[in-house]
Amino acid sequence: MAVKTKQAASNTTRLLSSRALLFPGLLITALLLLVCLMWSITLGAADITPEVVFAALFSFDQSEFDHLIIQTVRLPRVLAGALVGAGLAVAGAIMQGLTRNPLADSGILGINAGAAFAVVLAVYMLGNPSLSVYAIAALIGAAIAAVFVYGIGSMGRGGPTPLRLTLAGVILTAFVSSLTTAILIQDQETLDQIRFWTAGSLAGREIPLLVQTAPIILAGIVGSFLISRQITTISLGEDVAKGLGQNTLRVKLYGAAMVVLLAGGAVALAGPIGFVGLIIPHVARFLVGVDYRWIIPYSAVLGGLLVTIADVAARIALRPQELPVGIMMAILGAPFFIYLARWKVRR
Amino acid sequence: MATKTQQKTTWMTIRPRFLPLSLKVDRRAPITALIILMVTLVVLVFSISYGEYDITPWEVLQTLTGTLPDDHADARNYNLVVHTFRLPRILTAFLVGMALATSGAIMQGITRNPLAEPGILGVSAGAGLAAVSIIVWLDNVPLSLLPWAAFGGALATAVAIYVLSWKQSGSAPIRLILIGVAFAAVLGALTTFMLVFGDINDVQQAYVWLAGSVYGRNWEHVHTLGAWLLVLLPLAIFSARQLNTLGLGDEIARGLGTRVELQRLLLLVISVALAAAAVAVAGTIGFVGLVAPHITRRLVGPSHEGLIPITALFGGALLVLADLIGRSIIAPSELPIGIVTALIGAPYFVYLLYRYR
Amino acid sequence: MDDLIRIDDLSLSYDGDTIIVHQLNLRINRGTITALVGSNGCGKSTLLRGLSRLLKPVAGSVHLDGRDIHAMKAKDLAKQLGILPQSPSAPEGLTVHELVAQGRYPHQNWFQQWSREDERIVHEALVTTNLTMFADRPVDTLSGGQRQRAWIAMALAQQTDVLLLDEPTTYLDLAYQMDVLDLLDDLNAEGRTIVMVLHDLNQAARYADDIVALRGGQIVAHGTPEQVMTPENILQVFGLKAEVITDPVTGTPMCVPIGRRGQRRRERQVSLSANGKVRESVKIP
Repeated sequence: MAVKTKQAASNTTRLLSSRALLFPGLLITALLLLVCLMWSITLGAADITPEVVFAALFSFDQSEFDHLIIQTVRLPRVLAGALVGAGLAVAGAIMQGLTRNPLADSGILGINAGAAFAVVLAVYMLGNPSLSVYAIAALIGAAIAAVFVYGIGSMGRGGPTPLRLTLAGVILTAFVSSLTTAILIQDQETLDQIRFWTAGSLAGREIPLLVQTAPIILAGIVGSFLISRQITTISLGEDVAKGLGQNTLRVKLYGAAMVVLLAGGAVALAGPIGFVGLIIPHVARFLVGVDYRWIIPYSAVLGGLLVTIADVAARIALRPQELPVGIMMAILGAPFFIYLARWKVRR
Repeated sequence: MATKTQQKTTWMTIRPRFLPLSLKVDRRAPITALIILMVTLVVLVFSISYGEYDITPWEVLQTLTGTLPDDHADARNYNLVVHTFRLPRILTAFLVGMALATSGAIMQGITRNPLAEPGILGVSAGAGLAAVSIIVWLDNVPLSLLPWAAFGGALATAVAIYVLSWKQSGSAPIRLILIGVAFAAVLGALTTFMLVFGDINDVQQAYVWLAGSVYGRNWEHVHTLGAWLLVLLPLAIFSARQLNTLGLGDEIARGLGTRVELQRLLLLVISVALAAAAVAVAGTIGFVGLVAPHITRRLVGPSHEGLIPITALFGGALLVLADLIGRSIIAPSELPIGIVTALIGAPYFVYLLYRYR
Repeated sequence: MDDLIRIDDLSLSYDGDTIIVHQLNLRINRGTITALVGSNGCGKSTLLRGLSRLLKPVAGSVHLDGRDIHAMKAKDLAKQLGILPQSPSAPEGLTVHELVAQGRYPHQNWFQQWSREDERIVHEALVTTNLTMFADRPVDTLSGGQRQRAWIAMALAQQTDVLLLDEPTTYLDLAYQMDVLDLLDDLNAEGRTIVMVLHDLNQAARYADDIVALRGGQIVAHGTPEQVMTPENILQVFGLKAEVITDPVTGTPMCVPIGRRGQRRRERQVSLSANGKVRESVKIP
């Protein structure tokens, strides 16, 4: 089996064609991410120079106003963005690998909507829930959504084709967001609290929420990496994987659990943000080929990069107004989705 | 020796004596139409009678036909409630249902996919974005302008989708649907953006509009939508033949002499116009265009001569019912009609998918 | 003889880059059955598509009865040429009668959507294909052979002189295959010109007046079955070593592939006969 995946990894054309380039490439991308994170911290209502940012991070002075802003407002926000991007990208990579659907992502398949609804419901019923409730609700919502969309998408001969899964996701999203809207209409208070969040936003992400959700997302990323070899195999085709002796059901369940952790955690942190999980796996595949041992780490870093850049764009575009990053991602992501639908999907 | 066996066929011919007209229609169609109409009238009357201000169905009938006795205590109030508030609202629901159901039926016909409908294809979202944009940017927009704006938005969306899904082999239905889904997502996001930052004072109200609602719809709405339907519905009905041949596949349709791409485009324009008019009047209501044609197909078969008119009636009936449910289920509060259709339509559709996989 | 279809220097391609059919020249005579044969990818289906205007030629022209098919109006061509593609699908629940009635499309307009003439012709088509008792049944409930007959009935209702069929017998049980071919034979006897792509060479030999053998988008052999079916041609077109004998039932040529098993058997029988008796010919039972 190792031979097969090695062959698969070397047979496809990828940008970093030499294996020796893969690790350095990852480091360089990670470095790029750090640079962008720094850049993002410098931007805001009042721009702060990089020197001050460094000072705030490494020689924190509590009396400095700028330092406070950085530590309590910007740093959490920026870290949240990176985490959310990483989590959603890896979730997308897993979904695309498991379902062999180039159009899979937690937004399209309704998993984000399910998690978001669960959170809205929790806020509605519990008034002002503790942060761990946010996270737990999101996870439950994501799990139920995943079960539903896979079930609906698998009905009919031929199983879960890309078209069926996408439509299942659309139907699920429509249903769930109607429920969400129904609640928001009922309750002005709930609406005010999470209006921005439902569009997908990194504004006002505070440290406590970050602390609650970061472990979930990180666990999801690490857990995904642990089964990267199995995912590579199953992405060659379910029959092929079974023929090679893999227990595909277990892999799929485990993979789904990782998706739930990642998507649920991301939604709890920043609301439903789509298209990250759609775009990044394709970019990663373009760079490193089909081996998930590399796709997953690259996706994580690239995902963080994409969301960070998108957030910067969202904050700059309509200064001083702030555009929710979810909307920016939709604007960036839709053309890519169209490109995929046009060129990459066969019947 | 030709013996004509006079067995009952599933179809019947319409050949009026003094007109050069001939038509073949499924035998089940006229009867089904009649039944649906009768049920709709009953639901209509009951719907009018229901509300915070209670009126018995019999009094409703009297008010509608103008036979309410002059000395009736609440005659003036009844007239007001029935004629000014409830009747136009419910009629709007009926017309919107007709428009959306027909639009969905046409889209399913041209994509040869029973899962197509203006909501899924992003056409409704395009219409919604255009309408919301106009409302946000201009003050005091006349109602009659909205359907045109919505039509422009919906048409631009439809053309964009069509062009983007075009390859040398034509516009394959799968690509059409997937690209439509993408458009729905981004247009929805832009609409949300408009609402979040626009000057609409009451965000809640905006959400309601987006969810699809007939609250407060008056005779102006009825007339506006009615005018559009008067033109578009006959066009749709007369396009039945084209839809039938398209349903056999592009190659056979071409072999039969159909100009496939042209017909598809024209039919797309008609269905987009129908959806846009509905959205302009009542916001983005989903699932009607999906469920109504589906059920109608089971009742009268897939031939569009019968399917289109019956689907229109059925869609209208469905929305009248949905409106009643929306008004009664969390009384005295009101659940917008679009949410009712989604909450009922989605599970029902999943059920359909399951039963007929 | 009468040239019904004239193909001149026809080149066909799907994407404009790879040319599938190369500068083909062909004449199809009125009232004949022509079979297009060849291995997968030789361009026979593509050629059929080019004949019917489903595919616009990169170069060359196709003339039907002296008229360029690409200059004709779609409906006019549909009244003269009927096409039945591979594996057609009908919407769920569509009855046989409704399907066959679709064939009247080129003869109808906005106002006359179901004239008495339409009704009569559809009925005749159903009678000819023996489907009157199935008229009100949904097409998808019929057997493979009946379904194919329903599609042919639709093409009949079109009332065309020419019928183009792409692999009308593929995926059908053997009995139904014969059924369909016999029906086409009857239709030809009534005067229709038939051009069909067949994957079974022996069926082609049995039913066709002319066989056109294609390879790599060009005609390798063209003529009567007797002329075309030679072991050399079969080797060239299909890459197959075969013997050609006379069909004991119809008297037409019949291709019998040799293959490894046949080869071994031959060698064994030759070595058998070498031990003693001399056999004149090797009889293949």
